[in-house]
Amino acid sequence: MAEGSVLSTGSSAPPSRRRRNWVPYALLLPGLLWLVVFFVLPMVTLGSQSLQEGNVDDGYTFTGNVGIYADALRQYWPQYLRSFLYAGTATVLALLLGYPLAYFIAQKAGRYKNLVLVLVIAPFFTSFLIRTLAWRTILSDDWFVTTWAQKLHITDLLQAVGLTSNDSLLNSKFAVIMGLTYNFLPFMILPLYTSLERLDPRLIEAAGDLYASPWQTFRKVTWPLSLPGVVAGTLLTFIPAAGDFINARLLGNTQTTMIGSVIDSQFLRVLDYPLAAALSFILLILIVGIVSVYVRRAGTEELL
Amino acid sequence: MAWIKRHLIAFAAIAVLIYMLVPNVIVAAFSFNDPKGKYNYNFNEFSTAAWTNPCGAQGICESLGLSLQIGVIASLTATVLGTMIAFALGRYRFRGRSATNLLIFMPMATPEVVMGSSLLTLFLMLGVPSGRTAILIAHIMFCVSFVVVAVKARVATLDPKLEEAAADLGANPAQTFLRVTLPLAAPGIAAGALLAFSLSFDDYIITNFNASPSSITFPMFVWGASARGVPVQVYVIGTVMFLLALLFVVTGQVIGKRRNRQVA
Repeated sequence: MAEGSVLSTGSSAPPSRRRRNWVPYALLLPGLLWLVVFFVLPMVTLGSQSLQEGNVDDGYTFTGNVGIYADALRQYWPQYLRSFLYAGTATVLALLLGYPLAYFIAQKAGRYKNLVLVLVIAPFFTSFLIRTLAWRTILSDDWFVTTWAQKLHITDLLQAVGLTSNDSLLNSKFAVIMGLTYNFLPFMILPLYTSLERLDPRLIEAAGDLYASPWQTFRKVTWPLSLPGVVAGTLLTFIPAAGDFINARLLGNTQTTMIGSVIDSQFLRVLDYPLAAALSFILLILIVGIVSVYVRRAGTEELL
Repeated sequence: MAWIKRHLIAFAAIAVLIYMLVPNVIVAAFSFNDPKGKYNYNFNEFSTAAWTNPCGAQGICESLGLSLQIGVIASLTATVLGTMIAFALGRYRFRGRSATNLLIFMPMATPEVVMGSSLLTLFLMLGVPSGRTAILIAHIMFCVSFVVVAVKARVATLDPKLEEAAADLGANPAQTFLRVTLPLAAPGIAAGALLAFSLSFDDYIITNFNASPSSITFPMFVWGASARGVPVQVYVIGTVMFLLALLFVVTGQVIGKRRNRQVA
């Protein structure tokens, strides 16, 4: 008997065990305490730090200087905008690239399913800094990728749409967005795979039997049923990409600075803690805002 | 033409897979390079020098050791904490369930730079010095949620009747847990632990906020080296990590298959 048939009868709703009510709380306590002290509390100290004035040597006092937020936004709004634009573009690209692969693994790969899945996850275990550095080699001027792109006038096209500023591919918006897409692609593919795997192939056959074109089948059957995976995947790609600065620093130029880079250097090099904390807090608020609007939108779409 | 059309998805999938794997191939190839200048960006000459002398770059093996140490401690701690939470969520009804789920979800939905910087402000206020302990605290924090998700997914597929059967056969709760529940949940726990280790081992952004000059982790070493020229040894370690990951995952699947056969 296959494992699945033995175990899959378990319902997702946990059984009630009212007799020992303290057990779940005892199980939760250490982990949740850790998260409260080292995740929630830091958000409070971050907010508090942003409203203090002083310097590293003499210490800080709380003054409630809300004006710092206006200063931070006035000075760095282009970096915020750029971060969200890059992250948004990378998320759309990752969805376009990840969907066919996730669909292939879930529905078409057959006995190669596990192998392909391993190949998707395995790169993830090599330090992503090293893999991002490898892109410097791939996109460097001397390599065939750039020469071919030049011959096929792809570089001209990229220049025309403003993604590069010269004949190279490296050190450009193009390279940064490409890097972000590459780095967060597994976060897109795995949730997509999870929801596409649950998709009953008979539904697709049924749509075909009822004379739906492949596109109609996709639009009316596959896509709506994969929406939970799409929402999870886009969130898991967009959020880390918006805060990332590794790709922007390793593959970009001075014109591609993202907000994470500003926060990092304000905290660790300029040592302007209140401004850095305000910048970080604004990023958090913006992300929470974008995510909650998006989830609500996606939720209603799913109901339609 | 029709053949191409029928296999369009397969071609697209293979193209994407190549995009995902090319950097790993480059890393492996360039681990055999003898670079001309200080930058290992162009292939110059075949050499196994870095493979025979992996600690040849100053500080690289110290940083690797620190990352392994932090990775093991952080992933084990996070696995214990996360597994306990996952069992509570998967096996019990209790008040505060949705709040717990939200608290688990939040760290995964927060940019690393925000988590790192906010922890720094906490440590500054409490006077906790930056360094190994601060890094460990941070890593355990961001790993817990991922362990919970991995273990919860597995616990949800387990049939509670198996535990009830054990209890009916006279097993006490501890025996039921150790002999029935834990072995059944083991693949999820292993996946969670492996994920936690790789997240910890790979983290640069959060680590950098909480590190001190005496606690340089491997990603910090790579980052520092990227400005002045990355030693070939970095590519060797990257390749070894990739091969180890492949080995781990394949072994896990083989064990899983064998277990399934035993169940049958």
